[in-house]
Amino acid sequence: MQEGRPLPTRQINGELLRSILNSPKWFWIAFIVLGLIVLTAMSAAGLLINRGFGVTGMNRPVMWGFFITNFVFWIGISHAGVMLSAILRLSKAEWRRPATRAAEILTVFSLMTAMMMPLIHTGRPWRTLYWIYTIPFAPYDFARGIWPNVRSPLVWDPSAVYTYLTSSILFVLVALLPDFAVLRDRTTGMSSRIYGLLAMGWRGNPRQWKLQIIAGVLLSALILPVFVSVHSIVSWDFGMAVSVKSWHSTIFAPYFVVGAVHSGVSAVAFVMIILRYIYGWQNYIRHEHIDALGRLLVVVATGWFYFFVMEVIFGFYGREADEISVREFQFLRDPWNIWMMFFVGLTYFLPVSIWLSRSLRRNLWIMSIACISVNIGMWLERFLIIVPGLAQRSVFTFDWYTYRPSSVEWTIIIGTFALVAMLMLLIARVVPLIPLYDIKEAEILRTEIKIGRVTVPAVVRED
Amino acid sequence: MAKRPILGLFEDANYAAEAGDALQQAGVPPTDYDFLTDAPYPEGAFGERHEGHRLYIFPFCGALVGLTIGIILTSMTQMAYPLVQAGKPILSLPPMAVVTYESTMLTAIIFTIIGIVFESRLPSFKQGLYDTRITEGYIGVLANVEEEQLTEVSGLFTQAGAIDVVRESGGPATQ
Repeated sequence: MQEGRPLPTRQINGELLRSILNSPKWFWIAFIVLGLIVLTAMSAAGLLINRGFGVTGMNRPVMWGFFITNFVFWIGISHAGVMLSAILRLSKAEWRRPATRAAEILTVFSLMTAMMMPLIHTGRPWRTLYWIYTIPFAPYDFARGIWPNVRSPLVWDPSAVYTYLTSSILFVLVALLPDFAVLRDRTTGMSSRIYGLLAMGWRGNPRQWKLQIIAGVLLSALILPVFVSVHSIVSWDFGMAVSVKSWHSTIFAPYFVVGAVHSGVSAVAFVMIILRYIYGWQNYIRHEHIDALGRLLVVVATGWFYFFVMEVIFGFYGREADEISVREFQFLRDPWNIWMMFFVGLTYFLPVSIWLSRSLRRNLWIMSIACISVNIGMWLERFLIIVPGLAQRSVFTFDWYTYRPSSVEWTIIIGTFALVAMLMLLIARVVPLIPLYDIKEAEILRTEIKIGRVTVPAVVRED
Repeated sequence: MAKRPILGLFEDANYAAEAGDALQQAGVPPTDYDFLTDAPYPEGAFGERHEGHRLYIFPFCGALVGLTIGIILTSMTQMAYPLVQAGKPILSLPPMAVVTYESTMLTAIIFTIIGIVFESRLPSFKQGLYDTRITEGYIGVLANVEEEQLTEVSGLFTQAGAIDVVRESGGPATQ
């Protein structure tokens, strides 16, 4: 993982702070376009709150549609941050360096976006205050006709997601301290004062660096169990809730976690390619990094595919009525079976066939297509778990209904993608999306070893 | 007499380490000089003193606090809502376990962050003698010495290969 040439510190500062110190001309155009899409989505959400759920395509028995699909999707994307940052940091993988910050920040924004979805889905977001948490000893306000089940798996969700969100934000902020100090020294006036405050007086003495390195490892180890718990608990919204029998699957938790890593790492690879292109970071996000992500994704995708096949086979083989009716939707009924084929093809067969080739992994255009393909597929996966599960013909259901998302739902969903893109664009204006000190440390540890007649690039590693 | 700071700037880690050795030989105690860099160097690269820390205590304390909060929050919430559902007990352990686990982890992480900041001696808004060239890759050796030793230390820095020596009053790019 040492294909790049040695870089002096001044050049690293100049190139990686380019997004902050010299804003590109297209920035405001992109910001306005994305902002308009977000505003339109906010208007659509306002309309939904004002008019009620009649403006959506949801109706009995399909009461979870695009919003919950999108919620699970964005929670999945958020798993990229810890996957890359924590696991690769703990395993001391050299190629993590340019990827960690963007992955962690993508985690934060995707979690924020994910949590908006159930709030919008409630139709009356302010009323969630009555059923999510209560103050100990204070009784619920039953006069409002709200009868929450405080033992429901749906209550676990906010506790897990907000733990993950808070932890991820703190993780990002701690790792930013040295880079805030660089920005404090490279800016002037009010900007310098603000970065100075954020750097909290960081000077970079050996004690501070030692603690910074320990912090990275310690926080990674602490966040990893939270990371696993978050998507497990999201899967328990389906697997443990007293609702759809075909969702009661013990395999759901690992299946969801691996799926989340699959979509999340693909999203990070795509974001890295975009950053390389728009900010000219060819010296930092190199082909070797995207190649490594591609190789990692082959393993993750195959792990995910294994769980998918197990889930389907067990569903068919058990021959339980609820399972069979869902599989009938997914595999035999038009258009669900077509979506199912798209989903499996886009999530596994197309991208993995690309990632198996070294030359294709190093072709950034083709890698972008593979990463987008995974995320379209993974979005469809969540949709195909939720809607057929609810739309199946079950006993005592007095109306059967299929689901067609309305324009309001489409607008809100598109708005979430614009929101995450806009937030990433904005954050690139204020913090370096590649950690400066991590890249500089790699330069300090860079060396060359002569073996026989060849000189091999190498990295010095501390225990 | 109050000690005064003096900062030597070096391009090379070896020269900075030599400056540290020279300070030690000149009788400057290890607690009175420090190395400032813009990236983590391997521990002991400058021959600096070993510093202990108590960071590992923080997550344990945090986990204990979080566990207690989690148990109290979940049990009180369930007891505040005494409606029997599906014949299940009012105080049910499985839902308590999940939320308590999350609160334990959350507080452990928050305490770890507090520990990192505290053990790093931050926030420290009184910057003292500093030079912005440190974040351009130069290595700063900051010494706090008696006023009459300033000239001697400046000479030691120059001999060790400093490209510049900065003092508190004046000198380029001080903050």
